[in-house]
Amino acid sequence: MFTIFGIPGPLLFGQLLLGLINGAFYAMLSLGLAVIFGLLNIINFAHGALFMMGAFVAWMLLNYAGIGYWWALLLAPLIVGAFGLVLERTLISRLYKLDHLYGLLLTFGLALVIEGLFRNEYGSSGMPYQIPSALQGATNLGFMFLPNYRGWVVVAALVVCLATWLLIEKTKLGAMLRAATENAPLVQAFGVNVPRMVTLTYAGGVALAALAGVLAAPIYSVNPNMGSSFINTVFAVVVIGGMGSIIGSVLTGFGLGVIEGLTKVFYPEASATVVFVVMAIVLLTRPAGLFGKAA
Amino acid sequence: MTSSASTTLAVARSSPATVFGYTPVQAIALAVMVALVAFTPSVLYPVFLMKVLCFAMFACAFNLLIGYVGLLSFGHAAFFGMGSYVTAWTAKNWGLSAELAILLGGVTGAGIGVVFGWLAIRRLGIYFAMITLALAQMVYFVCLEAPFTGGEDGIQQVPRAKLLGFISMQSDMAMYWLVAGLFLFFFLLIHRIVHSPFGQVLKAVRENEPRATSLGYRTNDYKLIAFIISSFIAGIAGGTKALVFGIATLTDVHFSMSGEVVLMVLLGGLGTVFGPVVGALVVTAMENYLAQFGAWVTVTQGAIFVVCVLAFRRGIIGEIGARLKLAL
Repeated sequence: MFTIFGIPGPLLFGQLLLGLINGAFYAMLSLGLAVIFGLLNIINFAHGALFMMGAFVAWMLLNYAGIGYWWALLLAPLIVGAFGLVLERTLISRLYKLDHLYGLLLTFGLALVIEGLFRNEYGSSGMPYQIPSALQGATNLGFMFLPNYRGWVVVAALVVCLATWLLIEKTKLGAMLRAATENAPLVQAFGVNVPRMVTLTYAGGVALAALAGVLAAPIYSVNPNMGSSFINTVFAVVVIGGMGSIIGSVLTGFGLGVIEGLTKVFYPEASATVVFVVMAIVLLTRPAGLFGKAA
Repeated sequence: MTSSASTTLAVARSSPATVFGYTPVQAIALAVMVALVAFTPSVLYPVFLMKVLCFAMFACAFNLLIGYVGLLSFGHAAFFGMGSYVTAWTAKNWGLSAELAILLGGVTGAGIGVVFGWLAIRRLGIYFAMITLALAQMVYFVCLEAPFTGGEDGIQQVPRAKLLGFISMQSDMAMYWLVAGLFLFFFLLIHRIVHSPFGQVLKAVRENEPRATSLGYRTNDYKLIAFIISSFIAGIAGGTKALVFGIATLTDVHFSMSGEVVLMVLLGGLGTVFGPVVGALVVTAMENYLAQFGAWVTVTQGAIFVVCVLAFRRGIIGEIGARLKLAL
């Protein structure tokens, strides 16, 4: 067995991997938050609850309909995205003319309702979700054993983040989206249906959260609190990265996951708080966030 | 800051028909509230009323920020919870008298408030809310792991310390008068602050910060001071609650407590004088009633949030005031 800085290698790499996995979820969730914030100017407090819904829908598809992981990966984001579409059309869209803080309060209330309903139905203890058979087992990388599923999560998250970036930065749809973020009335004057774009953006951000939920289901047990335990850290990630850029959200998400993992190795007592300490330091030095524009 | 500017702004408040800053209707409402505080313990269970009054203090402290400065903090549980831990710990382990233990709770709240405020006022609006939320989450994690909080068990069997070292607080009614006195004191104090020249500047910052700046006010200083006052009173409220129930736990510092106080003020009426008190009463009563139904408490709270935001933004008192064309 070899050691690095007096720490056994497998322990170090194990925690690094855990950090990368958490970072993958931070990245996907803060990406969705940033996209929604860019166009709607609201912070979607229900993001954690919708992430949890994604995991639950995957679990329900398996247990009630016998639909497995791979189809759930496609279906759960669609179902939860459709739910988000209804939320936006019926509730959130009424608030665009008001102070943005009302959007925060409304989505906070929605999160409470969704989580409460799931807790009533399924209790607070988690339910297991099997790793799909194709991804069971582990691969020996020479310096550590990599559980296949965890490797898959990191790769899948990277692909999803990259695809979102390409969609927003390199396509015509993305160009319209960015233009509407800058100046919605002007884009509307060019004949683009901005309200529809807003709705679809919200649904898209929500679908991204649900997709993260499905990916998370086999790793964490599926339970009603899985979203709220993540979302507070994700808010800190969003403050650190600033909501200005897609790449920024992704890098910050992965980076903080890794920092958290490393802290677990070197100073475990601080692992839960390190992200918030980083946030305080960033606020002192760059109040707009690492990748943000001054607001 | 120039004194001439503060007098110009202060003119607005000295409309002739007010008594100590209360309009006649507000004065009547205040008298009714004092009478209710004095007489309800003979009808209702005092421990329940003490809980309501503690939360009313907490909600008034929160309302000072959201209602008069326009800052939405999502981290007030940190002040409330840490206040409750420190009061419980000092009353139990140092044997401090009630007033000192509660005061230390308030000072703890204010101390954390200095740090939170100093960091959070760098950003506005949604970011302010997220930063306070994240910082409070950090305090929660510290409480979860620090040895002095007792982790999941909390600090239990906290004695009801004697007031001034010799007045026994063992009976619920003795404790009730202390809680009622504290509540009324801070209720009046907040009203006094809001109607002072300092409070007028706070409202100016809420209405138009660039303009307040251009008038020569250091708006960030005003916001920070308001934040510290609010966190001090939140700490007092938490400490008082710890003495009433003889226990300080993670519930008080958890982020759902921050949400609860937002709900109380939103439901009662943002920026109204009596709204936070009514909101605290309604939310606490609802929780007591629904406690037997498990997670329906959360669902109901969430539903109230949604309804308030969509259809009822002025809250109960704000709505009544608007109907009667009165400031309540």
